[in-house]
Amino acid sequence: MSIVTIQLGQCGNQIGYEVFDTLCRDLNSTQGFCSKKENELYETSCKEHFFNEEKNGVPVARALLIDMEPKVISQTLLKAAHSGRWKYGQHSHFCQKQGSGNNWAYGYSVHGPKHKESIMNLIQKEVEKYDSLSGFSTIMSMAGGTGSGLGAFLTQNLRDTYPNSFIINQIIWPYGTGEVIVQNYNSVLTLSHLYRSSDALLVHENDVVYKICAKLMNIKQISFRDINQVIAHQLGSIFQPTYSSEGSFQYRRNLLGGFKDPALYTSWLQPSDAFNEWRTQRAFNKYEKSAALVSNSQFLLKPLDTIIGKAWNMFASKAYVHQYTKFGIEEEDFLDSFTVLEQVLANYCNL
Amino acid sequence: MAQSVIVQVGQCGNQVGCCFWDLALREHAAVNRKGIYDDSLKNFFRNVDTRGAGDGIDISKGKICSLKARAVLIDMEEGVVNEILQGPLKDIFDSKQLITSVSGSGNNWAVGYKFFGSLYRDQIVERLRQTAEHCDCLQCFFIIHSMGGGTGSGLGTFILNVLEDEFPEVYRFVTSVFPSGEDDVITSPYNSVLAMKELNEHADCVLPIENESLFDIVSKINQMVTSGKPGQTVKPESLVTSNEGGIKKKPQKKPFDTMNNIVGNLLLNLTSSARFEGSLNMDLNEITMNLVPFPQLHYLVSSLTPLYTLADVNIPPRRLDQMFSDAFSKNHQLIQADPKHSLYLACALLVRGNVQISDLRRNIERLKSSLHFVSWNQEGWKTSLCSVPPVGHSHSLLALANNTCVKPTFMELKRRFTKLYKKRAHLHHYLQVDGMEESCFTEAVSSLSSLIERYDELDATKDLPIEDQRRLNIVI
Repeated sequence: MSIVTIQLGQCGNQIGYEVFDTLCRDLNSTQGFCSKKENELYETSCKEHFFNEEKNGVPVARALLIDMEPKVISQTLLKAAHSGRWKYGQHSHFCQKQGSGNNWAYGYSVHGPKHKESIMNLIQKEVEKYDSLSGFSTIMSMAGGTGSGLGAFLTQNLRDTYPNSFIINQIIWPYGTGEVIVQNYNSVLTLSHLYRSSDALLVHENDVVYKICAKLMNIKQISFRDINQVIAHQLGSIFQPTYSSEGSFQYRRNLLGGFKDPALYTSWLQPSDAFNEWRTQRAFNKYEKSAALVSNSQFLLKPLDTIIGKAWNMFASKAYVHQYTKFGIEEEDFLDSFTVLEQVLANYCNL
Repeated sequence: MAQSVIVQVGQCGNQVGCCFWDLALREHAAVNRKGIYDDSLKNFFRNVDTRGAGDGIDISKGKICSLKARAVLIDMEEGVVNEILQGPLKDIFDSKQLITSVSGSGNNWAVGYKFFGSLYRDQIVERLRQTAEHCDCLQCFFIIHSMGGGTGSGLGTFILNVLEDEFPEVYRFVTSVFPSGEDDVITSPYNSVLAMKELNEHADCVLPIENESLFDIVSKINQMVTSGKPGQTVKPESLVTSNEGGIKKKPQKKPFDTMNNIVGNLLLNLTSSARFEGSLNMDLNEITMNLVPFPQLHYLVSSLTPLYTLADVNIPPRRLDQMFSDAFSKNHQLIQADPKHSLYLACALLVRGNVQISDLRRNIERLKSSLHFVSWNQEGWKTSLCSVPPVGHSHSLLALANNTCVKPTFMELKRRFTKLYKKRAHLHHYLQVDGMEESCFTEAVSSLSSLIERYDELDATKDLPIEDQRRLNIVI
């Protein structure tokens, strides 16, 4: 059971590094709060999922680093190597010289087709290392050009090439008051395209994580490193191997007494079926007890609605559209994307 | 990593360019301790093995051998370029990067554009091609010139056209120094308006600079430095106006040198996130992507802070937030404009040094209520964080605004132009140049008028209530 993580763009690569670093630190930590045997079982399983074993013992992350400009990947590879605890594979990255310029159209229509063969080959080589591939997890931001545009293109190709593997996209939802001015266009285009190929979109909102850092963790001067570490912790918690009764690590459904209020759930879903719980004895990332909640709910309605609204307002004035049509994304493509997302919104609203 | 090439045209262009190269070398020297030719140097410099004969072979990695600037220096007089070649920077240029002549353009745009343009076109193309061939991924041309004269203005904008024809995929960023009201060149309004048409049509992005603003900033700094208040010594290398002198050492620094350094610093800060690492990078193509909502509206007002750092370590550094406030004050803008009271189409904050995302967010939240943004881009901020601060500072901020406050500058230009043109003053100097006709003038002023009109239309929306556009209706 292995997952190939694909880190895309600056955001994807920076977060990806923190994820593997967190997992590795946790692996090596002595604060498992469980028995030695438990610990060993957990460690083996975790390593299997996320790392390859190398001859000299340094685990190699099962990840591919992709970016259209070299600075971030060089930094990431160096940091990992310097940690001494783990590293990235020698030939596990792909980068070019010039970035996507925050332009979804450039990432999707120019970089995508141009580098499709090289990137898919890189993925194929990684996949061949495993007996059984469960699927892919991509880490990408929606606001920029590479993570979003190239990410969407790549997801489509992954779906076509590996129809039986699952694809989960970890998406970083940008701050409301901008990091990128055209982020709403990029987000709308990304989401609408991912809908067609992805199995699941796991969303991390920068605004929310920022509040966690500020209010819950009381960090005074919050850096992107802090934000990325929170996201890494969340991701790590979700992908932790869990226990099943036979003693081998497989996901198992386990019914829990709580969360039985039917109002929480849609009419066609029984509370007992809706809530799945997976447990593991071993503590994660130095927290004695922790819980991670992944939900498919109306929670994202408001942010989604806001992004569509802002993008639509901008589109109505045609601002920045020439930057996209320059690379083959026409107004009709925008309209298609808006339609897909309004449909999704409406579907969620009608639950 | 992509590369950029500087094309410095005319007296002003070359003097500013010279300051830029001096500052760039100092910045890299401060950061690059091991003398290794790294990716950040590669952006503006080649590493050449000059021991062999000929052009020298490019060395792409390893120790720095001999750095050569990725630049083309063009002037129709020899004075300035010759001074550069005899000054402290002579080693970073070689003769193959120059195009000079002797007679000058006589402060006449038509001579620069039509006469010298056609005369030197092939040579210009050849020099540009050679410089481009040394780049494995050429991303951007930076043109530095003034608008009021003949060479920078005329030949400079001719070269802009050439760049578009020969290198259509490469971005064209233009740093244009606009003439002041008391400019001693009588025909500067003609030259500027004729050049504006070219900037409108062929530049990807223009950073207008006004001498008056530079002069005001320099005066303020001098006042600060000479005020002699106790504990207020300024760190010399932190002055946005300081340098070692790109041109050969003069006993007394001319005022233009200090003003030119401000522009040099502007270009350094603009490209810092593309050269150095940071937690939120911003490449040059992201500048045009985010700050140019419509092709014609590509004029960006810039402001730099801080202008200096105090040397006394006992005095706490001015709060970080002050830096952000300063960037929006009209005293720090590089043109005579007040963006706070006009309409923002887009705004970019390029931060360097020890500044984190929370500092950025706090200041954006704080400032945005006092700024007016266009209805379709209410939260139009583009931000970048570069880890490497400029020399002498712990942090710095460059704000780029696409704002209707440029309109007065253009209107003033049009007014001065019309005043001359109505009387047909000095027109014959232009019309006697081969290829120059009156239609050039009428087309140019018409182009300027339509640009002003677009800003007018936007300004009209400034105080209107913001209405959300009706969304698509989905049938389930």
